[in-house]
Amino acid sequence: MNQIVEKVLFSEKVAKFVVDAPRIARSRKPGHFVILRVDEKGERIPLTIAGADPVKGTIDLVVQKMGVSSSKLFELNEGDFILDMVGPLGKATHIHKPGTILACGGGVGVAPMLPIVEAFKKAGNRVISILAARNKDLIILEDEIRKWSDEVIIMTDDGSYGTKGLVTTGAEMVIQRETVNECIAIGPAVMMKFTSLLTKKYQIPTQASLNAIMVDGTGMCGACRVSVGGRTLFTCIDGPEFDAHQIDFDELMMRLGGYAAEEKLANERYL
Amino acid sequence: MSTNKEYLRIEREKEWRTELRKKIANKDRTAMTRTRMPELDPFIRIRYQDREVNSGLTANQAQLEAARCLDCPTPTCIEGCPVSINIPKFVKYIEQGSFLEAAKTLKETSALPAVCGRVCPQEKQCEATCFYTQKMKKDPVAIGYLERFAADYERESGLMSVPEVAPSNGIKVAAIGSGPASLAFSGDMIKLGYDVTVFEALHEIGGVLKYGIPEFRLPNKIVDVELENLQKMGVKFVRNFIVGKTASFEDLKAEGFEAFFVASGAGLPRFMNIPGENYNGILSSNEYLTRVNLMNANKDEFDTPIIKGKNVAVIGGGNTAMDSVRTAKRLGAERAIIIYRRSRAEMPARIEEVHHAEEEGIEFLNLANPIEYFADEKGKVNRIRVQRMGLGEPDASGRRRPIVLEGTEYDIPVDLVVVAVGVSPNPLIPSEVKDLKVSKWGTIEVNEETMQSSIPELFAGGDIVRGGATVILAMGDGRKAAANMDEYLQKNR
Ligand SMILES: Cc1cc2nc3c(=O)[nH]c(=O)nc-3n(C[C@H](O)[C@H](O)[C@H](O)COP(=O)(O)OP(=O)(O)OC[C@H]3O[C@@H](n4cnc5c(N)ncnc54)[C@H](O)[C@@H]3O)c2cc1C
Ligand SMILES: Cc1cc2nc3c(=O)[nH]c(=O)nc-3n(C[C@H](O)[C@H](O)[C@H](O)COP(=O)(O)OP(=O)(O)OC[C@H]3O[C@@H](n4cnc5c(N)ncnc54)[C@H](O)[C@@H]3O)c2cc1C
Ligand code: SF4
Ligand code: SF4
Ligand code: FES
Repeated sequence: MNQIVEKVLFSEKVAKFVVDAPRIARSRKPGHFVILRVDEKGERIPLTIAGADPVKGTIDLVVQKMGVSSSKLFELNEGDFILDMVGPLGKATHIHKPGTILACGGGVGVAPMLPIVEAFKKAGNRVISILAARNKDLIILEDEIRKWSDEVIIMTDDGSYGTKGLVTTGAEMVIQRETVNECIAIGPAVMMKFTSLLTKKYQIPTQASLNAIMVDGTGMCGACRVSVGGRTLFTCIDGPEFDAHQIDFDELMMRLGGYAAEEKLANERYL
Repeated sequence: MSTNKEYLRIEREKEWRTELRKKIANKDRTAMTRTRMPELDPFIRIRYQDREVNSGLTANQAQLEAARCLDCPTPTCIEGCPVSINIPKFVKYIEQGSFLEAAKTLKETSALPAVCGRVCPQEKQCEATCFYTQKMKKDPVAIGYLERFAADYERESGLMSVPEVAPSNGIKVAAIGSGPASLAFSGDMIKLGYDVTVFEALHEIGGVLKYGIPEFRLPNKIVDVELENLQKMGVKFVRNFIVGKTASFEDLKAEGFEAFFVASGAGLPRFMNIPGENYNGILSSNEYLTRVNLMNANKDEFDTPIIKGKNVAVIGGGNTAMDSVRTAKRLGAERAIIIYRRSRAEMPARIEEVHHAEEEGIEFLNLANPIEYFADEKGKVNRIRVQRMGLGEPDASGRRRPIVLEGTEYDIPVDLVVVAVGVSPNPLIPSEVKDLKVSKWGTIEVNEETMQSSIPELFAGGDIVRGGATVILAMGDGRKAAANMDEYLQKNR
């Protein structure tokens, strides 16, 4: 059981949870995630570790309300307990110093991007971050990202904040303006797909962090399989980050819909 | 071995055994027919995921069956049991009506008799080498049923003995994974006075016994009773803890753990790498069974979703395939088909499970292999293309090698496919521990006599050493590792 120490609402649908998990706080690295189960009847859902305080023994999770499980978690408050939590899972991000990093975060994907941006900055890189969302309310963690970026560009679909347009519009502007050595893309699959297509055009090495459907998170079930460079890999143990130019995003998007009918039913039952 | 034979002889010469032997003439014993296991009607049982198929022998049936056993001077049955249970001794206790003594006899050797009585492939082990099978060409003594009977009797009597535990020696040891290998190891180590902690990655203890083997074959409560017993003896269980991730071996050493038993299983599912295999509705058996057995996805009030197929194909011929296809039937499949590339004779599944599957209306498409999957516009599988196979010369495993019959492809409509073509060793530990010697198949290499790995304080056993094997072999490894770890620790402190 892991206690929620603090809950911060970012918007109606996005919140940060600071959770007591001393072991995980000590072992985790940027790019790692946890799998948790809110209650006895709950499913096991993966969430990225957005930050950690090894001294206090807490980790940060940023959650977007999607369906039943994320909503159940969302309803919890300070002092409540999460039934099970296991981690840190996945391979840590390969942090190095290629020079200039372009970090593209879409929606709640900004949360997992935060520790990666921080680590790249600390490693001495120039970091340009692009935060993209449908509208102003969905832009999260802006201040935190600013702290570790040389520049932050905000893009919204409706123009309610920053520049109107998609993440790729902002990214292309940067790429044309200066040399970008490496790119990271984290967000909805479509967003990562188009970011990847763009950087492929400019031959910029790109990492994408995938949000495949998972059950155990230990390599045991294969629910999280993705095609990378024509090979089937498991997101939970081989990823979640992969060379974006090798990822079959269309297959990923198809697989994310694998339980759509069942999830819809569950959601209707829950509401 | 000689001391063992000597021990068996002494046991056999005890008065109660000689008396019992005299009671019924051997020709009368051999004239009796093997008791049939009472079981739930197939039409009823296919509606319930959680009702056990075999309902167990009555005391009367068990005693009759036990009377068939000839209490052989050279009990060949024991040679077929991987952990050499003293079979005639426990069987004769049943004949005599001393059921608790029978259970105690089992526990001298086996940590989980109620489990092994249910899931051991007896027809390939103890029952295959029984005098009846070998010399008389008759049905063997139902050793598995009797083992289950004795263990169940003890559990249900409420008189389950909690074994005696030596005074604590304060030495901390860890077991990694909580499957049968680990449970057997922990039981022995706690008895020897060690401070034992079991770390498990999942939120439930039991390994494959919990997340793999379904309730209709092995009810969870049977495993739970064993776990409670271990807990009473002082074994500590830590869930949601992945050794190598949550904490490293170095961290655990710093916390005072002096030796480790790695029993992390063969968790990695294999796929066939054929076109279309990543379509939705194509799952590994591990995923399918985990969703149902661990996550209760078949019950509406649980959040984990499951695809309830109407036309389900399960690829493979092992226990995992049988468990998956029978689960699909229970979740409402109209057609549940096993697709297996060899013939029935080569199926690695327990014979009993194949029988039960047949009774339940499972279709068997033997000598056929999938070569491609097709899907609808949303990427949901709707067709499977199979190719007929023939059988060639025997291969390294002694089974006849399947050969492709060209031009025999045809399609079968499906809406769910479960791939059960085997598992590979869980790569987590081998990849986290630098100097650990690993075979080219990814199994941890150990000294077979001691179960010690290339790292002296690290022992290993079960499926992580053998690849996919059996419960009883995993348990045997656990016990062997315990004995040798004890010796190692006593010598090296
Ligand atoms: C490695 C990893 C890290 C993640 N990190 C975060 C995080 O930090 N914060 C966060 O909010 N979410 C994160 N996710 C996604 C999160 O796990 C899912 O949003 C959650 O499982 C949805 O469960 P649900 O029951 O609420 O929704 P469901 O009812 O399961 O689904 C509702 C909708 O969400 C879609 N969906 C389902 N699963 C996913 C998924 N895995 N990714 C994207 N869409 C999905 C469905 O198609 C459906 O349209 C991560 C996923 C992975 C694999
Ligand atoms: C569906 C199915 C049916 C089967 N039917 C039969 C049968 O009828 N008869 C039979 O004899 N055998 C059967 N088997 C095989 C048998 O279950 C296995 O051989 C046996 O369970 C192996 O035991 P184990 O202790 O090695 O590991 P497992 O039972 O595999 O347990 C390993 C455990 O370790 C955990 N783990 C892995 N890595 C870590 C880590 N780093 N830290 C912490 N925990 C970790 C895993 O989560 C898992 O719970 C079946 C297997 C399956 C899958
Ligand atoms: S443990 Fe298995 S092989 Fe050994 S006697 Fe029991 S059923 Fe037979
Ligand atoms: S071989 Fe068969 S008949 Fe002989 S002791 Fe063993 S179980 Fe009994
Ligand atoms: S989530 Fe099960 S293998 Fe990755």
